[in-house]
Amino acid sequence: MNPMQKLLQLPVGAVNMVKSVQSQVQGQANEEAKSPVLTPDGGQQTWYSAVQPDELRHLRADRESGEEKGFLEEGVGTVQSQPLRHDDLKEMLDSNKDSLKLEAMKRIVAMIARGKNASELFPAVVKNVACKNIEVKKLVYVYLVRYAEEQQDLALLSISTFQRGLKDPNQLIRASALRVLSSIRVTIIVPIMMLAIKEAASDMSPYVRKTAAHAIPKLYSLDPDQKDQLIEVIEKLLADKTTLVAGSVVMAFEEVCPERIDLIHKNYRKLCNLLIDVEEWGQVVIINMLTRYARTQFLNPNINESLLEEGCEKAFYGSDDEDESKEESADAEVSTVAKRKPYVMDPDHRLLLRNTKPLLQSRNAAVVMAVAQLYFHLAPKAEVGVIAKALVRLMRSHSEVQYVVLQNVATMTIKRRGMFEPYLKSFYIRSTDPTQIKVLKLEVLTNLANETNISTILREFQTYIKSMDKDFVAATIQAIGRCATNIGEVRDTCLNGLVQLLSNRDELVVAESVVVIKKLLQMQPEQHSEIIKHMAKLTDNIQVPMARASILWLIGEYCEHVPKIAPDVLRKMAKTFTNEEDIVKLQIINLAAKLYLTNSKQTKLLTQYVLNLAKYDQNYDIRDRARFIRQLIVPMDKGGALSKYAKKLFLALKPAPVLESPFKDRDHFQLGSLSHLLNAKAGAYQELPDWPEVAPDPSVRNVEVPEWTKCSSRDKRKDKKVEKPFYSDSEGESGPTESADSGSDSQSDSESRSGSSEGSGSGSESEDSEEDEASDSEGLEEAPKGRKIVKSKMKTSASDSAASDESGGEERNVRPKPKHGKRSESEEEEEEESESESSESESESEQESESETDVKRKKKVSTASAPSKQTKKTNVEKKETVEKKEMSLLDLDDFLSTPVESTTPQVTPVNSVLSNSLVTDLEGLSLTDSMMSAVNITSSNSVKMYELLHRIKGEGLAVEYCFSRQPFSLDMHMIAVQIHFTNNTSSEVKNLHVEEPKLQSGMRMKEFQEIDVLPPSATVTAVMGIDFCDSTQAANFQLCTHTRKFFVSIQPPVGELMMPVFMTENEFKKEQGKLMGMNEISEKLVLGEMCRNDLAIVQRVTSAANIGRVPCGSDKECRFAGKTVTSGSLVLVTVLTKEGGATQLTVNCEKMVIGTMLVKDILQALSQ
Amino acid sequence: MIHSLFLINSAGDIFLEKHWKSVVGRSVCDYFFEAQEKAGEPENVPPVISTPHHYLINIFRDRIFFVSVIQTEVPPLFVIEFLHRVAETFQDYFGECSESTIKDNVVIVYELLEEMLDNGFPLATESNILKELIKPPTILRSMVNTITGSSNVGATLPTGQLSTIPWRRAGVKYTNNEAYFDAIEEIDAIIDKSGSTVCAEIQGVIDACVKLTGMPDLTLSFMNPRLLDDVSFHPCVRFKRWESERVLSFIPPDGSFRLMSYHVSAQNLVAIPIYVKQNISFFESGSSGRLDITLGPKQTMGKQVEGLTVTMHMPKVLLSVNLTATQGTHKFDPVTKVLVWDIGKLNPQKLPNLKGSLSVQSGAPKPEENPTLNIDFKIQQLAISGLKVSRLDMYGEKYKPFKGVKYITKAGRFQVRT
Repeated sequence: MNPMQKLLQLPVGAVNMVKSVQSQVQGQANEEAKSPVLTPDGGQQTWYSAVQPDELRHLRADRESGEEKGFLEEGVGTVQSQPLRHDDLKEMLDSNKDSLKLEAMKRIVAMIARGKNASELFPAVVKNVACKNIEVKKLVYVYLVRYAEEQQDLALLSISTFQRGLKDPNQLIRASALRVLSSIRVTIIVPIMMLAIKEAASDMSPYVRKTAAHAIPKLYSLDPDQKDQLIEVIEKLLADKTTLVAGSVVMAFEEVCPERIDLIHKNYRKLCNLLIDVEEWGQVVIINMLTRYARTQFLNPNINESLLEEGCEKAFYGSDDEDESKEESADAEVSTVAKRKPYVMDPDHRLLLRNTKPLLQSRNAAVVMAVAQLYFHLAPKAEVGVIAKALVRLMRSHSEVQYVVLQNVATMTIKRRGMFEPYLKSFYIRSTDPTQIKVLKLEVLTNLANETNISTILREFQTYIKSMDKDFVAATIQAIGRCATNIGEVRDTCLNGLVQLLSNRDELVVAESVVVIKKLLQMQPEQHSEIIKHMAKLTDNIQVPMARASILWLIGEYCEHVPKIAPDVLRKMAKTFTNEEDIVKLQIINLAAKLYLTNSKQTKLLTQYVLNLAKYDQNYDIRDRARFIRQLIVPMDKGGALSKYAKKLFLALKPAPVLESPFKDRDHFQLGSLSHLLNAKAGAYQELPDWPEVAPDPSVRNVEVPEWTKCSSRDKRKDKKVEKPFYSDSEGESGPTESADSGSDSQSDSESRSGSSEGSGSGSESEDSEEDEASDSEGLEEAPKGRKIVKSKMKTSASDSAASDESGGEERNVRPKPKHGKRSESEEEEEEESESESSESESESEQESESETDVKRKKKVSTASAPSKQTKKTNVEKKETVEKKEMSLLDLDDFLSTPVESTTPQVTPVNSVLSNSLVTDLEGLSLTDSMMSAVNITSSNSVKMYELLHRIKGEGLAVEYCFSRQPFSLDMHMIAVQIHFTNNTSSEVKNLHVEEPKLQSGMRMKEFQEIDVLPPSATVTAVMGIDFCDSTQAANFQLCTHTRKFFVSIQPPVGELMMPVFMTENEFKKEQGKLMGMNEISEKLVLGEMCRNDLAIVQRVTSAANIGRVPCGSDKECRFAGKTVTSGSLVLVTVLTKEGGATQLTVNCEKMVIGTMLVKDILQALSQ
Repeated sequence: MIHSLFLINSAGDIFLEKHWKSVVGRSVCDYFFEAQEKAGEPENVPPVISTPHHYLINIFRDRIFFVSVIQTEVPPLFVIEFLHRVAETFQDYFGECSESTIKDNVVIVYELLEEMLDNGFPLATESNILKELIKPPTILRSMVNTITGSSNVGATLPTGQLSTIPWRRAGVKYTNNEAYFDAIEEIDAIIDKSGSTVCAEIQGVIDACVKLTGMPDLTLSFMNPRLLDDVSFHPCVRFKRWESERVLSFIPPDGSFRLMSYHVSAQNLVAIPIYVKQNISFFESGSSGRLDITLGPKQTMGKQVEGLTVTMHMPKVLLSVNLTATQGTHKFDPVTKVLVWDIGKLNPQKLPNLKGSLSVQSGAPKPEENPTLNIDFKIQQLAISGLKVSRLDMYGEKYKPFKGVKYITKAGRFQVRT
């Protein structure tokens, strides 16, 4: 009967399979009747074809008795209740009821999950491998895979079940059997596994072949001797054309024979083409493998640039003069380059780049990262940029993903900074970020810092320093130190900031700042004295022992730079010696020793005194040190041999520490890899090979008709399943193709061939379209720019008309002559015009720097325009200086009275230009920061400079100020006033600061930081905040230098007392409705020709007052809204234009005085 | 690749382990505990820990550590992404991913893990396939199971694994055919002290719930697809159509899934729907401080701001608060030092205000930094970026589905520095 049953089993299984494939056949009706809730339950039983329980019964009889004995013996050692429970389970497993078996298995699995040992139950469990209940069977598999290794002999009992399964007509059963069979780690069955894998590898079902691919590494880890045979299988499977197999087989390839790169040649193009349809995990593996492959087969696309490594960094998002510098360096290298063939990218290389790019849009972070690293390692410099956006997107993901991505970005930013610069703000730190993310973000920010964005970054850093997370603060201080070393311009600012941190309460912060200051000082020995002096002063106030000790070390180390102060510090310290902490005491001794060696005349007695104090100290370390030092430095009669080297010992030049990114040089690891993350080679890491000098033969990738397809045609006959290729739409309609798997060779071949031959052509095509798209998508953003251009055009035409007057001005001989003169008659107008003009082009240039890609494209379009733009820019700069001059030229005689000035007229302008460009940078920031929506035209950038202190009055110190219209970060009720100091004398001006502010009641002032030194002919900008209390009363104060005090005052125009507010049209109307009657002031005027259009009005109004535009339905009306800075009262401005330039100006403001004054100002601005 | 997986709760108990290759002893987790202790906060545990013989890659999610053991080189993101996928699958199956639900469903968890990885390499991670293989537990099913003794393991052949559309199960049938799309946008912003925006961007997702019979082929088009700066798609979306026509063309998975996520270009200025007026100060002496926060609507596009919550991580030295709110409730947890002010709807006529005094540990120095305000809100029926779905077309099936689109704007990582 048993054999009969067995015989019957197969057909039944087959029938059931057919059923389930057809899925809705009538047979199911019966099944459903049995289990009304679970739909197609019954059709299943046989898909793990079963061993008859009877078969095992014989085995069990003798086994069980033996096992039980052993078990009891073991049981003695373990907890008493355990054997009991296990008996219970065994009983359940032996029962005939599936539900009991299931219950038992569930409990066993739960035990395994908790990590409890359930190995005693092996015999009882393994016989259920033949159980008909699917769930029981699956759980038995789980158990088997877990314990088979420990009970190899018993595990063999189950093998025959799986072997039978391998022959099952249903592909899923075959696959499942192979999967479990290969997961049982029993050495004895290696030959069986090998055979099974080989057979499965040529199975007609791709799913089974996939499973075979999965089984390969399992077998390999079980028995590495099988490698050669396994490679054969891998080779065969690599030729497979289904997406299902591709990922798995490459994974097997990577685990078994990653060095056999030659196996990939023939399959390279196919893998590239399949890539997009492969499941996501497979994609990762394939992309990583192809990166290595490409590194061995193609030439470095950046080969020409890599010769000029330094130049190319700029070449990517370069400045305007990049072309020149490139040419120059190219000249230098011309001999080498000329010998080299011009680089042409291999079409296969292009194919890879093209086919991986869409995967940057994957939802799977690992795929995105894999593509990113591929581009980073393989793509030409100009194309790498595309990955930045995708990587920044990943930063929104889970914190672990962020962590890994940031690590990689940190490495990338060192090599390719330009790539991430546009995304600077995405790396800003939130207080809720975990510390490790914060630190990594800091790292990236530091790497991204350059001359143009450093002011923004430092401002961010200022916020971070106040954080509660002290580890993070320490990291920030280090970051500031690194910025300071990398960017010379901000070194002083950073140092000053750090010095201030020394007074922080937190010891960690102080210690960290001292360390960083120390490093910075060691780097720049010539500028020491000032800061050391400053720090010497701090010893009076700072109580943190660590900081005191560090300062003393610094003074000792550089005592020669501060010869006057050092002994004095020692004197003070000697006085307080007994009360100091131990580390401070040690440093006092140190200082004393160093001073004794350099300046023994003055400090001999002091040193003696200190050493004597130390001699009787309670701490033996200090006593020892004192004794040691006395021996070393004080010349004795016996004359210690060392004492003559004392100076060398103590005052040896300490090497300056190098502040560099910990991510430097990490890019020799393949990015995104574990090894890269750990910065150490992980097991089985495959080195990323260097580019070859000469490209290997590309023809190896040409595909002949592979043998494999012969059997695939056989497959086709058998496997009737219709699969529609999903992605390739064009093919999708072509009817029942047998999937890529067996699609006729000729077709797919020609396809791949055409694909590759298209390579170059379509590659460039896609690039083109990309570009189009990019420009399209930017259409929106460009709109405002376009307007600006129009504006500037208007200006040019206007000034052109006036250009006839060009040669007029008598003062022009003294200043550098602007080549493209735009002159107009009245000086006032000229001033104003050049001002706004310059601001415009400034904003333009700032936009340039903001979207450098833009520039790049423009450059591409016409390189010829670049130089002209450049000249324009310089002209603008010159113009600015001109404008500056004009102020001083108002009284010509004192100009003449300072002949120094006229001989070196360029010096000051250059500086002022520099600082101005910084200013515009800052403004640019506030522009994008501000909450205006794109609809609103924000206040035009024209910043009016006012004079605070005239050059003559200030004895060479000229001070100007302007209202930068940025929020004052320290106090939101204050107005930021930017002050420019220019030193026109030939000596330094020191200790610039504010004293004795005389303010009206209610007004407040936040002084700028003291400026220590203003070198001759230098310009410095400082920002101070003043709360004018919504009045135009002047703020009077004294401006002090180290020698003089000047009484000055700042009086704000009424328009600067407010800030823009965002409103919708409705809100505006509502608010306006509330402010009628006394609060409304109207005025009529007739607009000049010049400003009859919207833009001119907006520009003029916003230049007169710091208010923002409100969207408005009608084009006859312009609306603006703002609020006063101190009290926050609303200021609403409406400009209603009528026919012929007649205009009504209405101001609604709660504060009538402000309203009246504002009306006057705007009227004036509009009627000009 | 992935050798073993340990699930560890916040108390440090290993409550589940699963091995795909040879068994790795639990002692390997000691390295993890060491790192955990060093890190202090759970989110500061480094995701990758190197031990002498293994590497531990872990994620922290829903108060559970998923610690995987790796032996050889593997892209860390590969593992991290997979572990998150595991957690998502648990959530999908059990409604939540917590220690108790995992313990209650340990058998299903084990079955799932078995199917998801083969020899440590991901095998089936699509929820549609998994659900075919192993049915998620429902109350009804578990009742039936106990009575009839039938099982959770799916009885149909998991044909999804064979198809070229692995994310959709075959033979789907519904009486009501419906497709819902939720466009959810989150505003990430940092607002500085003075109220100006330091940085702001919009991150959006389109979550879909599609219950359609057969093999529908959907096309979703937008009024203004150019808004989308950077997108990522569910694998079902045909990338080429997006590239060429800017429409989403796809055969959807059955049930709920995330169709796409997108980023609205940073160049566009972001409308910030609310403003905050705050004044938090600590006095130098007297160990106290003052707090005054007012919220108001800014650019709400005429919609109501709901679900407004302000969360502040107060300085450690703060002992207690004495605050009064004009609207909503506030709660201060003296242990974690978190102050939560749950406001609810924002009424533009009467702005919610929270005011009062703070008392600081006496003798402690005044805190240097004021706490950051984390703000949460929701605006229904509005996509703040202005994104609009223009139409949804269905091909391949004859019936007429019911279609719906919903827009929601939420606060993402929305912080106000003070």
